[in-house]
Amino acid sequence: MMLSRKNKERMFFWLFRGCAAAVVAFLTIIIMFVIVNGAGTITWDFLTQNPMPNDTGALVSGGILSPIIGTLMLMGLVLAIAIPIGVFGAVFLVEYCGSYKWSRYMWMTVNNLAGVPSIVWALLGVGVFVYYLAFGLSLISAAITLSLMILPIVMVSTKEALEAIPSSIYDASIGLGATKWQTILHHILPYSASGIITGIILSLSRAGGETAPLLLTGVALNATIPLSIFDQFQALPYYIYMMTSASDRANAYPMAYGAALVLIILMMIMNLAAATLRSRYREKYKW
Amino acid sequence: MKNISGDQISKIQVKDLNLWFDTKHVLKDVSIEIYEKEITAIIGPSGCGKSTFLRCLNRMNDLIPSTKIEGEILLDGKNILENDIDPVDLRKDVGMVFQKPNPFPKSIYENIVFAPKIHGIEEIKKDPKTGKEKIVRRKPTKEELDQIVEKCLKRAALWNEVKDRLNKSAYDLSGGQQQRLCIARTMSIEPEVILFDEPCSALDPIATAKIEDLLVDLRKDYTVVIVTHNMQQAARVADRTAFFYMGDLVEYGPTKRLFEKPEKELTEQYLTGRMG
Ligand SMILES: Nc1ncnc2c1ncn2[C@@H]1O[C@H](COP(=O)(O)OP(=O)(O)O)[C@@H](O)[C@H]1O
Ligand SMILES: [Mg+2]
Repeated sequence: MMLSRKNKERMFFWLFRGCAAAVVAFLTIIIMFVIVNGAGTITWDFLTQNPMPNDTGALVSGGILSPIIGTLMLMGLVLAIAIPIGVFGAVFLVEYCGSYKWSRYMWMTVNNLAGVPSIVWALLGVGVFVYYLAFGLSLISAAITLSLMILPIVMVSTKEALEAIPSSIYDASIGLGATKWQTILHHILPYSASGIITGIILSLSRAGGETAPLLLTGVALNATIPLSIFDQFQALPYYIYMMTSASDRANAYPMAYGAALVLIILMMIMNLAAATLRSRYREKYKW
Repeated sequence: MKNISGDQISKIQVKDLNLWFDTKHVLKDVSIEIYEKEITAIIGPSGCGKSTFLRCLNRMNDLIPSTKIEGEILLDGKNILENDIDPVDLRKDVGMVFQKPNPFPKSIYENIVFAPKIHGIEEIKKDPKTGKEKIVRRKPTKEELDQIVEKCLKRAALWNEVKDRLNKSAYDLSGGQQQRLCIARTMSIEPEVILFDEPCSALDPIATAKIEDLLVDLRKDYTVVIVTHNMQQAARVADRTAFFYMGDLVEYGPTKRLFEKPEKELTEQYLTGRMG
């Protein structure tokens, strides 16, 4: 039977609507699930105490202060390392080397690196930073490893933001006697900032949620708040992972859900901050 | 033809200019003399190299890789194609207005003060020890910037329309206003020559008329070179007109003479619309 055009239209409309609804429903279910199971765990003590062992020696009591601080420190370091290198690296490749053939191959490599699984980066991190450079199992080894992992994402999104700026802006600025660097600093970077920030946030979120690279480079269950970047540390995703594999499930699972909820809230706050910053740039430089 | 003060002072002399993009020969043995405080129009079918020629005059073609250029372009007697000429300095003397209005996505005020801010203000200072005079650059003050904005906007006949909304985005202006803003912005660098690349091609007739009036007025203070695909426009505003065809400068002379009695067959064909 042939469907009439109208019915076809209606069918696809409901199909798309169904897909959208399914996405929203799954998201809601997951978040609700975490909230229902985790909200009860979140108390002042849970947020301000380090994980502590119970009578049997398993680390299933206390709170998650050190994992929170560890994750924040890790993300702060990644921000400080990966963002300048990634953004300025991309600026250099796009603005100063765009016309060279080798820069095309460079970008092909960067694109490929963006798809490398995190455990491979972990392997690189343990080989190069932990042992070869002798940083040991430490916050800095993990931070550099994560930075390398997200560098391609930062670079590619920066590149796309830069290339969205029309060449008439370059003409205007260069035509007024500005140098290339002045043009980049006063025009290209501010106008592409909202796009660049989006990429940074996406990649930071990825870095904040990774477990595998931390596992090999410096996270430790019994670590407390690191006093130097060469100390071992705790992190929320790793803490969740450890809780879900503890044998004392009755005590450990609520802790895992509590930590998951905190991690989700952290990410939300970060995304919100980024969205605010982004809309401020959009507002300021109206296209 | 004489300029308004009655003299004919050569401002730009182009000698045997050849330009290639990769292997494509875009300008062929172009020689032309452009006079101070006149309007020189460049006409010709699209793709004949008008924009490319214009962009040689402030070395904007430097930005395009694989450009090869030969010949001489003398600005006030100095060859601007020499290696020791800094194109960044050159572009402060030779301003440019583009085909599509291209204000920065910032406020009207900021569009104008960008160049004065990055270049600073030149001042002659005496060294207290040696007594020698030298030029120093310093940051302009807020008052100086305000003055520059007012002066440039007035000169571009835009002041009255925007004086109450200098801090509004330049993108809120109409196309014609945006183009006049771009002209005002070019004036902020105090150039001697202003190049216009089809400045009215994106504008309606009323906005076009305003720009043409402005062009004629600018002629008092600036040397103007304008590319236009609109022959009537050339006839209306230009002192001299140059006709380009496939990278050759076919004919160049006083506008009236060129339009009424073209010497070359090709020019006549183009002017009468008999050219494909
Ligand atoms: N960046 C470029 N790279 C290669 N060729 C170009 C470039 N810009 C212009 N051309 C070529 O040079 C010729 C002249 O272009 P142009 O000066 O823009 O012509 P017009 O302004 O008279 O329409 C055209 O054939 C055009 O295809
Ligand atoms: Mg053109």
